[in-house]
Amino acid sequence: MRITLSPIQRRRLQNFRANRRGYWSLWLFLILFGLSLMAELIANDSPLVISYQGELYFPIVQPISDETFGGFLPTEADYRDPFIASEINDNGWILWPPIPFSYNTINYNLNVPSPAPPSAVNWLGTDDQGRDVAARVIYGFRLSVLFGLTLTIASCIVGVIVGAIQGYYGGKTDLLGQRFIEIWSGLPVLYLLIILSSIVQPNFWWLLGIMLMFSWMGLVDVVRAEFLRARNFEYVKAARALGLGNRKIMFRHILPNAMVATLTFMPFILTGAITALTSLDFLGFGLPSGSPSLGELIAQGKANLHAPWLGISSFVSLSVMLTLLVFVGEAVRDAFDPRKN
Amino acid sequence: MSDLLQISELSVCFGQGPRVVDSLSISIQEGETLALVGESGSGKSVSALSVLRLLDERHVSYPTGEIRFRGENLLTVSDKRLRQIRGQKISMIFQEPMTSLNPLHTVEKQIGETLALHRGMRGPQARERCLELLALVGIPNPESRLGSYPHQLSGGQKQRVMIAMALANEPDLMIADEPTTALDVTVQKQVLELLQELQQKMGMAILLITHDLSIVRRYADRVAVMEKGKLVEQGNTQRLFESPQHPYTRMLLDAEPPAAPATSPEGQEALLQVTDLDVRFTTQKTLFGKVKASFHAVRAVSFDVTKGQTLGIVGESGSGKTTIGHALLKLTASTGSIKLSGQELATLNQKQFRPWRRRIQIVFQDPFGSLNPRMSIAEVIEEGLTIHDADNLANHEHKVIQALKDVGLDPDSRHRYPHEFSGGQRQRIAIARALVLQPDLIVLDEPTSALDRTVQKQVIQLLRDIQTRYGLSYIFISHDLSVVRALSHKLLVLQNGSIVEYGNAADIFQAPQKAYTQELLSAALFYQNNTTTN
Repeated sequence: MRITLSPIQRRRLQNFRANRRGYWSLWLFLILFGLSLMAELIANDSPLVISYQGELYFPIVQPISDETFGGFLPTEADYRDPFIASEINDNGWILWPPIPFSYNTINYNLNVPSPAPPSAVNWLGTDDQGRDVAARVIYGFRLSVLFGLTLTIASCIVGVIVGAIQGYYGGKTDLLGQRFIEIWSGLPVLYLLIILSSIVQPNFWWLLGIMLMFSWMGLVDVVRAEFLRARNFEYVKAARALGLGNRKIMFRHILPNAMVATLTFMPFILTGAITALTSLDFLGFGLPSGSPSLGELIAQGKANLHAPWLGISSFVSLSVMLTLLVFVGEAVRDAFDPRKN
Repeated sequence: MSDLLQISELSVCFGQGPRVVDSLSISIQEGETLALVGESGSGKSVSALSVLRLLDERHVSYPTGEIRFRGENLLTVSDKRLRQIRGQKISMIFQEPMTSLNPLHTVEKQIGETLALHRGMRGPQARERCLELLALVGIPNPESRLGSYPHQLSGGQKQRVMIAMALANEPDLMIADEPTTALDVTVQKQVLELLQELQQKMGMAILLITHDLSIVRRYADRVAVMEKGKLVEQGNTQRLFESPQHPYTRMLLDAEPPAAPATSPEGQEALLQVTDLDVRFTTQKTLFGKVKASFHAVRAVSFDVTKGQTLGIVGESGSGKTTIGHALLKLTASTGSIKLSGQELATLNQKQFRPWRRRIQIVFQDPFGSLNPRMSIAEVIEEGLTIHDADNLANHEHKVIQALKDVGLDPDSRHRYPHEFSGGQRQRIAIARALVLQPDLIVLDEPTSALDRTVQKQVIQLLRDIQTRYGLSYIFISHDLSVVRALSHKLLVLQNGSIVEYGNAADIFQAPQKAYTQELLSAALFYQNNTTTN
């Protein structure tokens, strides 16, 4: 595949790079996101590598039974067990990840009642169930971004398709579509979620599906407007005169016009999706309990005002993430602005 | 003789770019008409706009020169003084009457604004002056027009209102930037004659900017010819037209389209037969889709197109000529019968019609809008082949190259994008896109209107060559009668969607039967006759 950037795309890329704040925000965000994708290597309750009696084991890749290290149980070894740990250390060594806790690992060796304040073991302290906050923030960040990305991409696809159909065909299709959207957007999303979460136990995909039902409408208007405008362009007429089918005309000739609006909106939809998930988690209607979620951490911070490390960590991680995304979004928007030189 | 406006050694730059206007020196005397002519991009509009410093001051710079109006250098004068001169001493009318009036203001308010600004006239006094001005520019029934909004006026009336605004303070100099380009020929004549009459009445000077030499010959006292920002020749109109010195001027003068089309073989059968074509646009519908009101754009139009010949369709804007072209290609719904080589097309639906599209192609007016800016030339031209000749992929490149050669473009340029080409080249690309499918009929919808005269002539020549080479039929839609004459074997004159006259082009041009045709021809060919008799 040959990638040739048309001059206009080159100019946009240049504009984006020229916006240093947005450019560095993008890199910073990508680095953070990349790191969080490797969360299992950074924060885990299993060691990365174990050398035991001259052999190497990788507990992260495959579970290793207790019996291997001289225990009695056929289940997976618990490396926090002092017996196993000393057994391995006598016959080899253990390489732990920087944070030796996963998001759901409960630290039973606390000297203070949980939530425990930050210490050398738990860098950001623990929450009220004794789970390491740093690990939960890393996993929560990853989950939020992944959820936001999936929701954004899915709602972009649905929104662009619906907007394209409405704008291209116009007339009755457009009229009915617009009225449907008006009614649909009038539904109280939060109540629906509360009702639905009492019927099914919401997991990642349930939440995604429910939120997608309402989030696709954001893009419809801009894409529809772009298609309404572009369907009367002469090159679109020329394509029709050549005998090109509707779908191809929409895809090849009009969609590129609408992509500018779509791409400009995407970072903002992403932040919106992350915020929505966080607020649902905060209210307790989000992901099942025990999942690493920033919203749940905020809720804990609210419930435990005497443990400020809970509120502060969740606040800082959320605000850094959203600020970076908004900066990126602004830079993208400016890069696509035709009036900017 | 005193110089009213003297431009000396003026250069204009945008940003860091090259000089758009380079050392231009012209002068205008009191009460005379100076025409500034040149092709698009020659810097004539930029020069005119810089007289009033209307160019965006953040981007523009004037490396050399001065513009003296009654001895005062307008380039260095303060903003306050400049505002006094604008609209008071020097006023301007623009090309596009549709957009140069504020759609939210009534005629009275628009004209009243300049009066209030420069003369402090308000209330009944201003109203009276407005009426006077509207009567002066020949708007019938001025009282009833005072409260009109721009969209309630026709193009010619809007331009008259613009002129009334420009005249409001009896300026010494009026700059008219292509004042009639957007108007129909009959209206164009009226507006220009009005300008001339007003000039004599009020004794103002006019700087007329145009690319249309036939207008210049008729209305200008002196002519200045610009090429690529430089003044190449200036002089008395009479002298310049009779003995042009500079080769560029000679080329401009020579750019009138040839008079008649090549004769085509006689006795060919009819390729396309259209009977009772009717197009209605719905303007109002009930809730359940029942049509309440509609606009009858084309009324029972019938015509034939003979193989290898050209049918010209002429008419003023709004006469339905473009609609006919679109209806033939099923870009607009229509009723009536359309037969191509005896096969009825009107009853086919879009899908059934698709294979036929190969045989009827269209070239649009706007060479900038009709090519997708995101596709390379090769992709643009190949697109039709991917639909109608999908099995023969290997051959596509060869066909694209052939089509580019046919329209006189370098085949090596096919990987470039539309914005890298000039208007005339883009129109050639649009023709190549139609041609590559080897159609029988090409609908040419004002293909030369957006082009300069010299380029126009080349495109017409090209169309004629292609026609003789491939035996193509054209339907040539235009409001420009001199271009139509150069190509058409048959002619169809339209007014308000109905046929006024239909027959052999040569006969109609020689002896028009209907009053409307006569009026149209006299307005359009008035200038040309003038040129040929002299």
